[in-house]
Amino acid sequence: MDKHQEFRQQVRQWLRDNCPVSMRTPAAEDEQIWGGRHIEFQSREQQQWFERMRDKGWFAPDWPIEYGGGGLDRKQAAILNQEMTRLQCRPPQLNLGIWMLGPVLLEFGSEAQKQEHLPRMARGEIRWCQGFSEPNAGSDLAGLQMKAESDGDDYIVNGAKIWTSYANKSDWIYALVRTDPKAAKHDGISLLLIDMTSPGIEAKPIELISGESHFCEVFFENVRVPKANLVGEVNGGWSVAKRLMQHERAAIANFGGESESPYVLHQLAKEYIGEHQGRIADPVIRDQVVSIDINEKAFALTLRRTMEEAKQGAGNGAATSIFKYCSTEQQKQKGELLLKILGNRALGWEGDDYSDQELAITRDWLQSKTLSIGGGTSEIQLNIIAKRVLGLPA
Amino acid sequence: MALVLSEEQRFLQDTAREFFQQQSPVSALRQLRDTRDAKGYDGDVWQQIVELGWNGMIFPEELGGLDFGFMGLGAVLEQAGHTLNSSPLLDSVVLAGSVVLLAGNDQQRRELIPALIEGRLRIALALDEDSHHNPATTALRASPRDNNYELNGQKRYVANGGNAEHLIVVARTSGEPGDQAGLSLFLVSANDIQKQASTRIDSRNCANLTFDQVTVSENALLGSAGGAFPVLDQALDRARICVSAEMLGSAQELLDRTVAYLKERNQFGVPIGSFQALQHRAAIMFAELELARSTVMAALEALDSKEATTEEVATLASLAKAKVGEVCQLISNEAIQLHGGIGVTDELEIGFFLKRLRVAEQSFGNTGFHRSRFATLNGY
Repeated sequence: MDKHQEFRQQVRQWLRDNCPVSMRTPAAEDEQIWGGRHIEFQSREQQQWFERMRDKGWFAPDWPIEYGGGGLDRKQAAILNQEMTRLQCRPPQLNLGIWMLGPVLLEFGSEAQKQEHLPRMARGEIRWCQGFSEPNAGSDLAGLQMKAESDGDDYIVNGAKIWTSYANKSDWIYALVRTDPKAAKHDGISLLLIDMTSPGIEAKPIELISGESHFCEVFFENVRVPKANLVGEVNGGWSVAKRLMQHERAAIANFGGESESPYVLHQLAKEYIGEHQGRIADPVIRDQVVSIDINEKAFALTLRRTMEEAKQGAGNGAATSIFKYCSTEQQKQKGELLLKILGNRALGWEGDDYSDQELAITRDWLQSKTLSIGGGTSEIQLNIIAKRVLGLPA
Repeated sequence: MALVLSEEQRFLQDTAREFFQQQSPVSALRQLRDTRDAKGYDGDVWQQIVELGWNGMIFPEELGGLDFGFMGLGAVLEQAGHTLNSSPLLDSVVLAGSVVLLAGNDQQRRELIPALIEGRLRIALALDEDSHHNPATTALRASPRDNNYELNGQKRYVANGGNAEHLIVVARTSGEPGDQAGLSLFLVSANDIQKQASTRIDSRNCANLTFDQVTVSENALLGSAGGAFPVLDQALDRARICVSAEMLGSAQELLDRTVAYLKERNQFGVPIGSFQALQHRAAIMFAELELARSTVMAALEALDSKEATTEEVATLASLAKAKVGEVCQLISNEAIQLHGGIGVTDELEIGFFLKRLRVAEQSFGNTGFHRSRFATLNGY
């Protein structure tokens, strides 16, 4: 047995022994647990599972041990991931620090920043949010205007962020700010780490068409931030941001796969529309179910293929550029088809007329409209494919 | 097993790429078409394919094969798709050879498969009768007469039907058209059959066959009388997956050529590829093709896997054929539109790809057939 096979055996055994059975099913939206100062576990098993993974260092498996990680190499981390998928283990906690900021701090952060932030992230103690978009800087993100002006050892931050997920529940924010208003727009941006308890910050949830309100507007008025909290070079924030966005796109695509919608289209279609000789009674709906199923399957296979290509050093990774576009567009289409399948049963807003599942389908359909907008719209994704992969001229 | 080519398979892919580019560019197909070549393929190129050993890739060593697997064969066929190479490799060797391998007895295998591998024999599968592929609707009748069978009926759109020495005829020995039960396979010498060439848009060899009181011995049966459907479907799944690999190569070639054209064609003083309207269309083609590629790789992998069940292979075959068919529609139509006026001329090779892709899409079940089959296999 080579050392990776041996590692796989160990991981498999450890997960069997340590992952509670109730943590081996896909988590519903309200069963997901976010880290942070005010973490509240919903069950003993959920807490056990998180604490065991944390203590093993596997909450941040491929970070160095000195920063609280598990010290696994890439291959080992991939094995852990595969074995968790195999056993259907839930992620022990949802955490933007682990997915996005952590890897970027490892690459760009100062030693002091790594020591201050990484171990706390790896213990799931801090809930991070991401301050990128502004009221006048959406797809044209580099047009952002929130100012950070030098004042001794601090910056004074003024401006507003928007579409910041869970800003009202987060402990810290990593935000893009303008540190040089005179430079060309990509050249005057920096990344700042800001404690959300700093005086002068106000986060207000925005109510969406789905009734959800996890997106927030965040206002900064004369907020004082130590200069030591600037990540990377002053005015070098755009390259850090691009790296963050790569992690974000990967997380959104991955997350889409992980929180795979619990609805089995053909079962619902048979239930709501009827069946004839084993087939969905309405041939048009049947064919539309096929479309969604085929594309979901093709997408899952593409995730697998690119992972295997990366592992073997084959291919050029170009296919990863399609993840965000394909997964979010597919989820929107699935929402629309669920609406067709349920008909009037999908049009309820609240109350006893409708089952919990019906109400959830309605809300999910409305919520799915955000997917192809946040984290770089579908149109921005297509721009990226056209320019970076196909090499089409600007 | 992985959805990635091994080093050995990549080496084979490189060999195939070079071979088809040099020996069988699209211009060679144009020449076959313009000279109205009856065979529909280049005999010298075919001989070289035989010598390269590609015919033996999926057959066991005891029958003279290489046992190299479908992943490797798929890599070769994908490259054939890049230059629209036409040869009996898919229809005669892979499909008819698989029918013999899966349905035939020992003697039939030993007699026929080495001959196919060595290029001494071509066999055509005579299956479709109607405008659409659907094996269960077979109506051509085989009636027992003493120790013989008498065949009566029609076969249409038989690939290589005009030049194959033997035919495998799918016939009904019992039941009614629409029944999966009651189908049988007969190996028939092509000499005894009335043939009429059918000229199709892809310039390949294709024939309509008439069976008028054709008598065959019961020794001509491949497999059991009346029980051919499952094994036929299994052989067809191999062809469905392999033709999807070929189509994937053609679609990739179309995308590559189209993107190159977007960069070189200038209008309004700039390359047309700088227009966002066209960039997005190209990007969508790319995304769809990547999805299609994964389905083909997964289906080829399943054919090589010892663990995959027949039903899993069938589901992946329909997944691949349906997705690739849909994506080829998109890409061939967009390739023409994005080339503009030159795209609809016979001078440009884009039209050759369009024509071949539509024939390939109908072969062994079109997109609609496989979408429905995919649903049935998934229980709806």
